[in-house]
Amino acid sequence: MPHDHHDHLSPSGHPFRPDNDSPLTYWQQMEIAVRELLIEKGVMTPAEIAAQIDAMDARNPANGAAVVARAWVDLDFKARLLADAAAASREMGFDIGPLNLIAVENTERVHNLIVCTLCSCYPRNLLGLPPDWYKTREYRSRAVREPRTVLREFGVELSDDMQVRVHDSTADMRYIVLPARPAGTADLTEAQLAELVTRDSMIGTGLPRNAL
Amino acid sequence: MAERVRVKALMPPGHVRAPAYLRGKTGVIERRLGTFGNPEQLAYGHKAGKKHLLRVRFTMAELWGEGAEAPDDTVDAEIYEHWLEEA
Repeated sequence: MPHDHHDHLSPSGHPFRPDNDSPLTYWQQMEIAVRELLIEKGVMTPAEIAAQIDAMDARNPANGAAVVARAWVDLDFKARLLADAAAASREMGFDIGPLNLIAVENTERVHNLIVCTLCSCYPRNLLGLPPDWYKTREYRSRAVREPRTVLREFGVELSDDMQVRVHDSTADMRYIVLPARPAGTADLTEAQLAELVTRDSMIGTGLPRNAL
Repeated sequence: MAERVRVKALMPPGHVRAPAYLRGKTGVIERRLGTFGNPEQLAYGHKAGKKHLLRVRFTMAELWGEGAEAPDDTVDAEIYEHWLEEA
């Protein structure tokens, strides 16, 4: 199912993409109407809205990767991350707004997986926008019902003696997986370690890259 | 202290954040998260009272019975206090 790179190519080699010029949905119209009213009434300016969009677009998984790499090299930081991941992220200088964040640690015996069954809650203020598959009904329903099968489809094979812990972001907290540090990385710098940390490894649907 | 709680098996209309698949299911409190505005009021723009929010851990065996993929795997979810009863 879930990888986001299964594009079908046309005979000329271009990826197929359906037209998106269908009429606006009710909620798209509502968003535009509310936004225009807020501007008209002077509650906010177009520049403020654009700045907020830019700020969200600037957030990306590299922020989380930096946090993970720091936890791999600094055990005191790791302890603070597991106690309060939002405070630890702010300590590294990331502007995560009011985000409440919990870090869950993968070990030799435990693998963690993040989902939001009710909608698409995701630690956007640290990692940026979620992948499209994260928002699908299929991922949201199957992650709590058959996580091992889902993980296998993502290429993550777990031995039977490992426990899977699924975390359903049902309310005010957001989650990040602290993946286990790959073997053979003792000589890497913190910046080199961060490059091993993938977005999916922080959702739990992947593992960090192996060091070359 | 593994305090056992059950998610109330209610099916009220409107915006709630206790997933249907957990209603009537028993788990243990994993941690307490403090108080947050009640989403059942916030969703309608009402002034929201503060409610305690708890992380509850359920086993796959409890959620899915014989059909569980691995009975000892778990699901943790955040549940508001007014959705929980002692088990």
